[in-house]
Amino acid sequence: MSTLTPHSADPPARGRWLGRALLSAWRGFVLVFLSVPALALFITCVVFMALVPLGVGLLFFFPLILLLRATANLTRTAMGSWSDVPIAVPYRRLPQGRGVTGLWRRTRQAITEGATWRDLLWALLYLPSSLLLACLPMMLIVNGLHGVLMPFLWEVAYRHVDPQWYTFIKVDSSQRAGLALPWGLVQMIAGLALAPWFARVNALWNRSLLAPTKEAELALRVQHLTESRTDAVDASAAELRRIERDLHDGAQARLVAMGMNLGAAEALLSTDPEAARTLLAETRAASAKALHELRDLVRGIHPPVLSDRGLGDAVRAVALESPLDVNVNVTLPARPELPLESAAYFAVTEVLTNAAKHSGGQHVEIDLTYVDGKLRITVTDDGVGGADLMKGTGLRGIERRLDTFDGTLALDSPEGGPTTVIMELPCDLSSRKTSLS
Amino acid sequence: MRLVLAEDLALLRDGLVRLLQAHGFEIVAAVDNGPELLRALVEHKPDVAVVDVRLPPTFTDEGLQAALEARRRVPGLPILVLSQYVEQLYARELLADGTGAVGYLLKDRVFNTDEFVDAVRRVASGGTAMDPEVISKLLARNVRDKPLAQLTPREREVLELMAEGCSNAAIAGRLFVSEGAVSKHTTNIFAKLSIDTSDETNRRVLAVLAYLNGSN
Repeated sequence: MSTLTPHSADPPARGRWLGRALLSAWRGFVLVFLSVPALALFITCVVFMALVPLGVGLLFFFPLILLLRATANLTRTAMGSWSDVPIAVPYRRLPQGRGVTGLWRRTRQAITEGATWRDLLWALLYLPSSLLLACLPMMLIVNGLHGVLMPFLWEVAYRHVDPQWYTFIKVDSSQRAGLALPWGLVQMIAGLALAPWFARVNALWNRSLLAPTKEAELALRVQHLTESRTDAVDASAAELRRIERDLHDGAQARLVAMGMNLGAAEALLSTDPEAARTLLAETRAASAKALHELRDLVRGIHPPVLSDRGLGDAVRAVALESPLDVNVNVTLPARPELPLESAAYFAVTEVLTNAAKHSGGQHVEIDLTYVDGKLRITVTDDGVGGADLMKGTGLRGIERRLDTFDGTLALDSPEGGPTTVIMELPCDLSSRKTSLS
Repeated sequence: MRLVLAEDLALLRDGLVRLLQAHGFEIVAAVDNGPELLRALVEHKPDVAVVDVRLPPTFTDEGLQAALEARRRVPGLPILVLSQYVEQLYARELLADGTGAVGYLLKDRVFNTDEFVDAVRRVASGGTAMDPEVISKLLARNVRDKPLAQLTPREREVLELMAEGCSNAAIAGRLFVSEGAVSKHTTNIFAKLSIDTSDETNRRVLAVLAYLNGSN
């Protein structure tokens, strides 16, 4: 899943610069508190790992690992949304299974997985690293504020107590207190100026430990390919079953009926020509129906316009038959590979059907473009919104089918609309002839 | 009447040649691929052409492309397109130049010889012959479209038959009303769709176009 809104690249105004610097310093400060669960989990994990051979540890080690992973995932999300450094989740899917054996298999995988150990290292180093990288700007700002307020504080409080040290300034007179003001100001400005940079460096540091290694990435990729291949095989098997059933119940049954009718007509020809004529007329109607059904079936397997004209015109043809008012814009340099084209076509068809059924809208915009090596299909309706990938199975099914081609589906559907579905399929458009349209 | 035929299946081509000859057509060329079809259409400028959509060498919409190109070069060249399936998109492309003299029928309509020959004649004389299947799909879609929504159910029925290419007499026969009643309906339809040209054939084509284009 990719996010829909691209990050704005416009240069921030002065006021917004200050706001953003303060925000990132504040977030850095907040991040330090993650060191509490991180460190606690590190210590308990190490203790219970030592107890695993005794059996007691086995019960507790795995839940602790899950907690550690949750903490690490929280950090990953924070780095992605706060510092614009997305960090992928490196864990492999955990094996299923009940009882002690299942628990043991899960524990064994967690122990043998490199990501677990990198998580533990991260948990150990999180406190010093976050103090140094995440929190430093906030400390500078707060300390600077203390200096800026020093002349005032001297008057109301410090003159009545023992001399105070403000970094290297010994505050023992109002002159010295006045000296702290510019020094404090310097620190505040430095803290604000450094805040975004430190946030980024901190995020990069965290990524170096939390992101999947090359090996883990490959393992995840293999897992993903295995799953999507199974999905694809299942889907095509189901499709074949549907076609078989349709042929069996439809055209085949009609042909049998036609054969019987023709036999009866043949027998009646000499004795009752009028009845034979009726039968023949019926048979002709049945043949028309059988043809009609075959045509619909073929359209469901591979629509003629798609093979004739390619994706653009095929989508236009679907748009013409939609009950909604559909506007189609196509800017494709060439035709994609046939299987991908077909997958894209059926995805658009389903999204459009969904929009017609559920959105309550009148108008749909479909854009087909090719950006950054990806075929991008954007479908926007003016309906009521509130669509949810988790609730409806329709969009989920489309997403899974696009997955076979490493495609993605992103949904933006606030309550009240509009709903936008963006589907992206990586493909090479240089290999086939230019579209006719 | 001089006719050019394009069909790549030899059996069906021979069958069509025989059928059309039996009904008094003179087959000036019977071709089996797109480039030859275009050449034959431009060279012979026949009174009517019967063309299969799917032709070699690409086996895509070669026949339709050749027909559209021929009509660009010879405006108003009467062409009846046959296909295993009907697509609104293609129907629109055929009708788009507004000159009429086009047909678009499912191949199985050939089984009904009389209706088929009638459709060929109608296209040759500048009318239209749209497959009822195209029309019925449109009916499902265009219910909400504004200019068409003003039509009464009866007027919609008349327009549908007009879109298929029926003459007023034929419409009267199909709806069991007098020809006068039909012409009253057609006048109303033209008024509601704001089509104001005196040429009768052209008016009918424009009405069908308005129908196909829905809201436009």
